Amino acid sequence: MLGRNLPWFSGAVLVALVLCAVFAAVLAPQSPTEGDITAKLIPPIWMERGDPAHPLGTDRFGRDVLSRIIYGSRISLLVSLIAIGVAGTFGTLLGLISGYRGGVTDALLMRLTDIGLSLPTILIAVVLVAVSEPSFRNVILITALLLWPRFARQVRGETLAIKEQDFVALAVVAGRSSAWIIRRHIFPNVVPTLLVISTLQVGYVILLEGTLSFLGVGVPPPNPAWGLMIADGRGFLATAWWISLFPGLAMLLTVLAVNLLGDWLRDHLDPKLRQLGGRATTLESADAVPVGAAGVPARGAAAASNIAADGS
Amino acid sequence: MARHLVGRILQTLLSMLVVISIVFVLTRMSGNPIQLLLDVNATERDQQILTHYLGLDQPMPVQYAIYVKNIFLGDFGKSILTRRPVVEHIWERLPATAELGLVAMAMSVLIGVPLGMYSAVHRGTALDTGARIFAVLGQSMPAFWLGLMLILLFGVVLGVLPAGGRGGALNLILPAFTLGYFTSAAILRLTRSAMLEVLGSDYIKFARLKGLSEQVVLWKHGLKNALLPVVTFAVMLFVQFLGGAVVTETVFAWPGLGRLILESITTRDYPIVQAGVLVLSALYLTGNLCVDVLYSYLNPRIRHARA
Repeated sequence: MLGRNLPWFSGAVLVALVLCAVFAAVLAPQSPTEGDITAKLIPPIWMERGDPAHPLGTDRFGRDVLSRIIYGSRISLLVSLIAIGVAGTFGTLLGLISGYRGGVTDALLMRLTDIGLSLPTILIAVVLVAVSEPSFRNVILITALLLWPRFARQVRGETLAIKEQDFVALAVVAGRSSAWIIRRHIFPNVVPTLLVISTLQVGYVILLEGTLSFLGVGVPPPNPAWGLMIADGRGFLATAWWISLFPGLAMLLTVLAVNLLGDWLRDHLDPKLRQLGGRATTLESADAVPVGAAGVPARGAAAASNIAADGS
Repeated sequence: MARHLVGRILQTLLSMLVVISIVFVLTRMSGNPIQLLLDVNATERDQQILTHYLGLDQPMPVQYAIYVKNIFLGDFGKSILTRRPVVEHIWERLPATAELGLVAMAMSVLIGVPLGMYSAVHRGTALDTGARIFAVLGQSMPAFWLGLMLILLFGVVLGVLPAGGRGGALNLILPAFTLGYFTSAAILRLTRSAMLEVLGSDYIKFARLKGLSEQVVLWKHGLKNALLPVVTFAVMLFVQFLGGAVVTETVFAWPGLGRLILESITTRDYPIVQAGVLVLSALYLTGNLCVDVLYSYLNPRIRHARA
């Protein structure tokens, strides 16, 4: 019962999120960056001094919390989509080449990937962004830089398996070029896996961007990034808890929806991953993957970094 | 086995070299350290002397070599702000980070293993569902927000636990839970699925047929066999604490290494940032190496490969 309704929950949350991001200007009752200083620290509407103009209250500059959350969805979505797009493209390309060519190319590229996977992500990201001046662009670039090995590793594994199939051998006999075979035969077969990893990484990127912004080394103020809003409310926990609470809830809901969707996609799209974790419901099948993946140490390390998300 | 081991050690060294190189490039990008180190009234001559003394007039590859050599000798230079050796700053903060990490580790095992086991044995009950929701939430919760909400609930509203700082055992509860929640969720899921697998096996059925008591079946035959994947994987997850330390320590004003790094970023005290990142990364990579070696040793399929 719990498992069966999960795709609907995820779908509803994500559709709402995308609508918020696209129609932020229409949906948001107030400006996300301009506040009325005389209306600062107003509590949510259901509390004593609540104001209908600010359903979730205002922050210390009198900015509307709800409007900032709605506009903030743009930042979370854009950062994760662009970062995953860049990392996914680069990682997939390397994975395809590495898996198809084999030999020295493969050995070199995979050592590079192993090194990439072994770095302490959060730590490197914090220092990289801090030194290179926090900005929207730098957050995306650095996230992508830390993310591509996860794609490369998985795509390479898939490519190795597909390469052995008869239709690839036939294409080789027919005199097709390597580029043609990769494009027409290998890549389309990698797409389901790609979709699953991409989805599972969205939640990770949103948490990473949130962490960086919270620490003051991510998206710079006065942007309405959720992590920044949570940091803004830190000094007001005792008096104006709503400044931190609501953006955090938005982030939790989003990441939860994406993660559940990723688990669900893995169970329904990707037969190979399903073998690792094939059980009845979504919540359960996700359990088995780490055990299965830990069977091979190199992949175990990768799985650990996927699952652990560096404790963020 | 030996080949595998040598390969892994080489790879760890390479990874460390990559981290060192990243940090080196960053320090050279972050501006001329001479201006940060010298007084405003320093003359041109002073600048030249210091530039020469620090080796900054040498070509880049030579600078890089000096830099790597100093790191392996444990010489991280001096803090720009306090003028004390960076190593002293690191040693001051390391115990706090270690303390927090160890308690978080213990806490996540004590929460994850029993809950996971209970969840598997009483599969399908309300408590099982509750435990699984706890686990799913743990993997989607922003740790910094969880920390703040715990402070709000236990520190501000209920007023039963201190909101931050290092002190007695009470000060440890909230930060350790914040740091360990993610891991305890992962351990819970692992224990649950491993237990479910073991409980469905023939030797458990046989143990029950023999008439052993349920407790003996569960604890001695069940948990013992389910624990191997859990233990290796848990250790792997604990290594990740080193990265999470920056976040948790910031939220709870915990005087550890992670917070030192972040403070030094704000004050532009780059020698400390470099050293902090290098020390944490070295611990992280060594930890991962140990897990890998341990795992290959425990797993006969790898131990006997190419033996």
